[in-house]
Amino acid sequence: MQSWIDSLIAAGDFGKNPPRDLVYALFIFGLSAVVFLGVAFPFAGIVSWVERRVWARIQSRVGPNRVGPNGSLQWLADGLKHVFKEDIIPDEADARLFKLAPYVVVLGFVLPWAVMPFSSALILADLNVGILYFTAITALTVVGVLMAGWASDNKWSLIGGIRSAAQIVSYEIPAGMSIFPVVLITGTLSMQGIIRAQAWEPYHWFLFSNPFCFVAAIVLYMSALAEGNRTPFDLPEAESELVAGFATEYSGMRYLLFFFAEWGNMFIAGALITTLYLGGWQAPRLSSSPVVMNVLELLSFNVKVLFLVFTSMWVRATLPRVRIDQMMSLCWKFFVPVAFINLIGTALWVAIWPGGNPVAGYVMFALGLAIAVLFIRRVMYYLKRSRMEMYLHPTI
Amino acid sequence: MYFQFSVALALMILALGVSALLVGLQKLLAPSNPYARKLMAYECGEPPTGRAWINFNVRFYLIALIFVIFEVEVAFIYPVAAVFSEWVRHGQRLFALGELLIFLLILFVGLAYVWVKHDLEWIKKVPD
Repeated sequence: MQSWIDSLIAAGDFGKNPPRDLVYALFIFGLSAVVFLGVAFPFAGIVSWVERRVWARIQSRVGPNRVGPNGSLQWLADGLKHVFKEDIIPDEADARLFKLAPYVVVLGFVLPWAVMPFSSALILADLNVGILYFTAITALTVVGVLMAGWASDNKWSLIGGIRSAAQIVSYEIPAGMSIFPVVLITGTLSMQGIIRAQAWEPYHWFLFSNPFCFVAAIVLYMSALAEGNRTPFDLPEAESELVAGFATEYSGMRYLLFFFAEWGNMFIAGALITTLYLGGWQAPRLSSSPVVMNVLELLSFNVKVLFLVFTSMWVRATLPRVRIDQMMSLCWKFFVPVAFINLIGTALWVAIWPGGNPVAGYVMFALGLAIAVLFIRRVMYYLKRSRMEMYLHPTI
Repeated sequence: MYFQFSVALALMILALGVSALLVGLQKLLAPSNPYARKLMAYECGEPPTGRAWINFNVRFYLIALIFVIFEVEVAFIYPVAAVFSEWVRHGQRLFALGELLIFLLILFVGLAYVWVKHDLEWIKKVPD
């Protein structure tokens, strides 16, 4: 971004000898505002509506369909409603922490957008420690949630907050260790560097580069579900046990900020996995024009991320919630050892084939395709069967 | 480099500003009619039984301790992982691999120790 602004200044777009720092600050704030207000917030809002529609479809309901065409303005109506809700701070709550908590959670949701690689040119800041920054910043969420749970002085909130903290910090370990296989292969922490090391063809994605990476991607996806408090790991706000978990005492705008962050984090988790394992914005070179290519790359990135977001909705609508002891032992007794093995396996792989094994990509891709086909056949079979059952016994 | 990190600063200011603006907007527009019963902690309609700041289950503390060990480890692996492929390309693969494996082995022993001590179990069974 800096070189681009420098070229604009050199071309004299801002008059002769403009105050350079001022122009920089202007651009940084302007572009950050575009990404934040133009992409992050609308996404977090719209996904709440999409999610409700998807669940409704899966559960044979209609879902919100009144506000706007097909209910697509429902999220704006909900947001507006929250503005007019009374802001209640319980008497016994720690008011200062109580007010601060939503801001911390929102920070954990907004800051990762600084390194979000939308395309080869569209990235706010390609930090050389990109992925480390990403994981460090997203960990802020747990601080906010714990603060909210503690400050509310409510037993539901406390249990929700502590559960959430235990869950998020536990799953941070396998998630963090599942990033390393890719870092080992590429030798860079920059988001763009990692994407540039892949190509648009699926068999050049790191997902298929070796068997350990394939497993690591799955571990990362499930850990991301757990870190985002998504079903089947949504114990912190288990509605049927804990009212609303850590957000029980919150109302109005502060409540909305929590959930903005939660919906937005779906995109962020998807973007992390897409960047690391699914080839990021890589798109086929159909045109030599950089503008067209950037649009293509933007499309490629967003399609992958939105597919992952959709999958997490699908999972949420399908699976029941796990018990907390099952969740903890799944993390520590299964994911952490598996992540260890992935790390060591990839290190060995890189040591044996420093440039990557050319055959492994194709073999792994074929295997992945076979799994996908088997899965889709299974889904089709059950779809057909459930339709048949409906036909034979319309009442069950 | 300062330029790139300043984006994070700009986003931070924007995020806090917009959130504060929204909360301020609510303060302006929303009704405000607090009274003692409304400001009570919510316990499904019953009067709350005491404060919520009580002694808490120790296993969360254990999880936090284990987490600290492993998170520090994750932070330490970042630089090693970043230079690993470069070392392999420079022909020092056995050295790099050995170093990584020794580090991971120590940590794995740590995990095994915690496991054997039943600290990973939610309901801890202590042998009599």
